[in-house]
Amino acid sequence: MITREREQLTTSPDGGLLEDQPKWRQDFPIDWPQDHYVSRRDFTKFMVLTSLAFTAGQFWIVVQNYLRTRRGELPLIKIAAVDEVPIGGAVTFAYPEAHDSCLLLRTGEKTFIAFSQKCTHLSCAVVPQPDKGRFYCPCHEGSFDIATGAPIAGPPRRPLPKISVEVRSGAVYATGLELRTI
Amino acid sequence: MPVPAQNEFFIDPNRCIGCQACVQACSECETHKGYSMIHLDFVDRAHSVQTAPVVCMHCDSPTCAEVCPADAIKKTADGVVQTARKPRCIACNNCVLACPFGVPKMKTDFKLMMKCDMCYDRTSEGLKPMCATVCPSQALFFGTREQIESLRPRSIPTNQFRFGEQTITTKVNMMLPNAGKAEYVDVTKAMGVGTLGKTISLNILDGIYNEESAE
Repeated sequence: MITREREQLTTSPDGGLLEDQPKWRQDFPIDWPQDHYVSRRDFTKFMVLTSLAFTAGQFWIVVQNYLRTRRGELPLIKIAAVDEVPIGGAVTFAYPEAHDSCLLLRTGEKTFIAFSQKCTHLSCAVVPQPDKGRFYCPCHEGSFDIATGAPIAGPPRRPLPKISVEVRSGAVYATGLELRTI
Repeated sequence: MPVPAQNEFFIDPNRCIGCQACVQACSECETHKGYSMIHLDFVDRAHSVQTAPVVCMHCDSPTCAEVCPADAIKKTADGVVQTARKPRCIACNNCVLACPFGVPKMKTDFKLMMKCDMCYDRTSEGLKPMCATVCPSQALFFGTREQIESLRPRSIPTNQFRFGEQTITTKVNMMLPNAGKAEYVDVTKAMGVGTLGKTISLNILDGIYNEESAE
């Protein structure tokens, strides 16, 4: 520990007592032991305050978890009647929100497949090219597999989000959204 | 380990023969190799061969540390003002300009102020500083007060220096003629004093010398 004598080793220019000196003189002491003491105290203060901030942050995350609004289950939306889509043809729709445009493809008599139309590279709208077996993004020559939505060429690295579809009494319904990274 | 309290530094410029041994010895030290931290001042080179060695006086209230904006100059508990802390020193030259004794040296190549630290590596181990070890005339003396009193009965040590209105107390002592009984060395009085022939009168001793000159 630092003794009192050591703290007052250096006399101030006006020769006054340590207590009468301005605070900066105590914060930036000339004496080596006192300087080390201040550094140690600053370090301890920093550690305590930082740990406290981290702890408070953890609690804040917990509180936020209770406060946030939950989206709930995605809606069931009718896309089109089965007859409206020719085999090998495609229709556009929006799911789950009005601005999330998607593509519904009829690949066979009873098989439907739907993907988001947003290219996973820079969100350009992709164009279905069934004859080439791909979705084509004209912006940067990106391509996605028409059956799985997986990227096969160009800059995109992630597959197109898949919309799960269901056929109920002669109409196609979008039932959910599957976000994938690979 | 601190410098033993009984060991003190005594400077007697009167005994200096200008041999530069202290300068050479200082510059050979490993901690600042090639650079001497001691100044050998020529008092009036045109008229006299008198020289005076200047080491750090280690003030009680070190002006160099007071003016340091980077908080780089620190004093250890034994009263030794250390050389600038390298991680902190910003090479601003404030200490060089502020020191009344002209001790700190700026090494612009290193961006670092370097000054005499009374050979802290040696003195903290109980040894003498290098300059005091090599000084042939013992103008630089490091030892106890009893030793200096028995060796130099005609001189008295003082550690008070007057700069205008401010008196500075130092750890290092300056030997003064015993007859003067000056309270302090009036440094600023020496400024602007001319020399007359071979006599150098600096009027730096307060007391009888000044009164005589006034009459």
